[in-house]
Amino acid sequence: MKKNITFILIILLAFVSACGVDDTSDIQPTDSYDRSALLVNWADNIIIPGYANFSQKLTALEVASEDFTQSPSAISLDGIRNSWLDANIAFQKISMFEIGRAQTLNYRNRLNVYPTNSQEIEGYISANSWNLELPSTIDAQGFSALDYLLYGLGTDQELLEKFTTGPNASSYKMYLLDLVTTMQNLTSEVFSDWNNGYRASYITNISSSASGSVDQTVNAFLFYYEKALRAGKVGIPAGVFSGSPLPQNVESYYNQTVSKLLLTQALNATVDFFNGKGFSSEYQSNGFSLNSYLEALGSEKNDASLQTLINNQFQVAFSKIELLNDNFIQQITNDNTKMLEAYDELQRNVILMKVDMLQALSIDVNYVDADGD
Amino acid sequence: MHTNYHTYITKQTSATPLAVFRILFGFMMLVSIIRFWSLGWIDTLYIEPSFSFSYYGFYWLPNPGQFVYLLFFICGVSAIFVAIGYRYRVAILLFFLSFTYIELLDKTTYLNHYYFISCLSFLLIFLPANCYYSLDALRGRCEVSKNISAWTINSIKLLLCIVYLYAGLAKLNSDWLVSAMPLKIWLPSKYDIPLLGDLLQQNWIHYAFSWGGALYDLSIPFLLLWKPSRSFAFVLVVVFHVLTRILFPIGMFPYIMIISTLIFFDATLHGRILKFFSLILKKLQLYRSININTTTNANGFKIASYVVGVFMIVQLLLPWRYIMYPKELFWTEQGYRFSWRVMLMEKAGYAQFIVKNTKTGSQFAVDNSDFLTTFQEKQMSTQPDFILEYAHYLGNYYRSKGHQNVAVHVESFVALNGRLSQPFINPEINLLEVEDTFTHKNWILEFNDTIEGI
Repeated sequence: MKKNITFILIILLAFVSACGVDDTSDIQPTDSYDRSALLVNWADNIIIPGYANFSQKLTALEVASEDFTQSPSAISLDGIRNSWLDANIAFQKISMFEIGRAQTLNYRNRLNVYPTNSQEIEGYISANSWNLELPSTIDAQGFSALDYLLYGLGTDQELLEKFTTGPNASSYKMYLLDLVTTMQNLTSEVFSDWNNGYRASYITNISSSASGSVDQTVNAFLFYYEKALRAGKVGIPAGVFSGSPLPQNVESYYNQTVSKLLLTQALNATVDFFNGKGFSSEYQSNGFSLNSYLEALGSEKNDASLQTLINNQFQVAFSKIELLNDNFIQQITNDNTKMLEAYDELQRNVILMKVDMLQALSIDVNYVDADGD
Repeated sequence: MHTNYHTYITKQTSATPLAVFRILFGFMMLVSIIRFWSLGWIDTLYIEPSFSFSYYGFYWLPNPGQFVYLLFFICGVSAIFVAIGYRYRVAILLFFLSFTYIELLDKTTYLNHYYFISCLSFLLIFLPANCYYSLDALRGRCEVSKNISAWTINSIKLLLCIVYLYAGLAKLNSDWLVSAMPLKIWLPSKYDIPLLGDLLQQNWIHYAFSWGGALYDLSIPFLLLWKPSRSFAFVLVVVFHVLTRILFPIGMFPYIMIISTLIFFDATLHGRILKFFSLILKKLQLYRSININTTTNANGFKIASYVVGVFMIVQLLLPWRYIMYPKELFWTEQGYRFSWRVMLMEKAGYAQFIVKNTKTGSQFAVDNSDFLTTFQEKQMSTQPDFILEYAHYLGNYYRSKGHQNVAVHVESFVALNGRLSQPFINPEINLLEVEDTFTHKNWILEFNDTIEGI
């Protein structure tokens, strides 16, 4: 700070002369932002339709898994694989909302921890005994466990043999069915909670404290973006946190071809949430979003508004992701630099959202309750 | 000169204000300790973290682990003894030591008001606050007197004046006065406060609060000192601190300040307060009175006045040490602490540490949540001395895990008072090659903006 005596004198003069500070600086149309409308948009146009859509896809997956286990064939295998991908894509749209029942269930980890532990899975199957409710089985269930069973058992012929004539065929079938049922149960628990009471308390909890819905949702959103999307889907496999690349840690390791698709879908969902875009065309967005909230607060930075900077940065990240191979294992093995570049651009938005956005919204990044100064 | 000093130091005044201050201070401290304990903060702030940030020069301080509960217990019990004036000197000394020890454990929890408590309890060690209306006086354990040297009460007033004045001076900067920052960020987020919520969204309110706050801090010492305005000043004190209590999570501090400013009132009021206490004690059948020889005066230690004098000079000078550092104070925070810069800036940051092998060039990023609590991470990411200490901790940790040729760099961004986040620490610097000193930290990057003012 300049130790500027003139400035102090001017200020003191101003103290004497000014009765009211007539603020000519333009900014701040700060009328109270309607946080209930924001929460209603999130709940009714994004979160609940997202769960409805995912539940539907899971039902299709359940049907396909029954088809497949009843008569394993190339056709039914194709069917369950397609349903697996559909459901996985639908999951990317709601994974970020780890609040309420989802939080207590540890929902995201139950459905999508990767890498999966294939040895553990094989162990359960050959012992014909498992309990997917145990926390220790978290890396033997969810989408990545299905990924292993549907793509990781060798050629299609070999896979079909394991499910038909192999020594543990019935155990494989049971395990597969149990995986899908568990995902289905967890999801319907979360979904029905939203439909029965949680929505009502969610949209009315406009408290500004850490337990308020806005704070909780934004914290969950940022945690997801930083840890699950940026680090999980890109950073960790690219070796950002380990020194050397870990291609075995990509999402859908056994399928190999959809890692980029899932990342893109997840980032799309992130951008849509930021901008408050309704889940599908049936649900018209009312425009309430982090974007419009920031706009209402008038968070001008230098030349551009913060919300513009964030949206632009998302586009930069997309452009870097577009350059990546569909197969992240190949991308990481052949040219990890591109992967790291995509990570860097995703990282830029961690800073813009976690530092600048949270400061503008005056939301604490954590739930620590302590006195301030 | 010497005679002036002699007259000042022997001037007498009623002992009642100091006695009331002692009782209320002890009581408030007890409540603070109980509150802190019951909120579970001892565990979350002192036991849960696996690593703690030490103050410069206090790295040697042993971490008591579970015994931190014992520290809080000692602190609470000594607060009771201070209030009732039982073995006061030992009690206040113990209180000062245990409280300050707790504060020194982790600078993550640094708050100006904790520092204020340390200062005040240090000062109280040297004042004869037990010479009247205390158990010590009842049992003849100390000089008993209705009168004490006036400087003792004045020293408390002076400390309070310093706190307010310096807090006010710190607000004379362009962010606070011209941009109404950080209140422009903080106030709108309190939208759910009944009645005030909508008002807090208004731009003019942000300016009114900023200017009002500065004006309050700068004028309140004089309004309290000048008798005709004293009662009005006290109303202001109550209104101001209650308002800050509603708006910000500042715990017991507002109440402590309200109670403390009572010291400015003369003995009549304090006499009435003591009468009220006596009434309660009589009801409880605990009241005992003694005859006090009015000719004796309790003056406390001989050297006490010298110690307090030196202490006050330090208090007056310490907040100015920032002048000796180049660059923006709010950005570098060199000389920021211990200066009554209260609720002055909104700073948020993000620090990604990179551990490198200088030989092979291989590197990886650190997940801060593996080592720090979210609160620690938040404090660390905006303060250079925290970043440096943590970098050294990481260096030692990875060396002990067998990593070779370790270098620790940080890619950090900080947003100050609503400005767009900018790079904070020079990412090219291997922080392991930097030691924390009182010299200018030239590894902090440029702020690229100017904040005018003191």
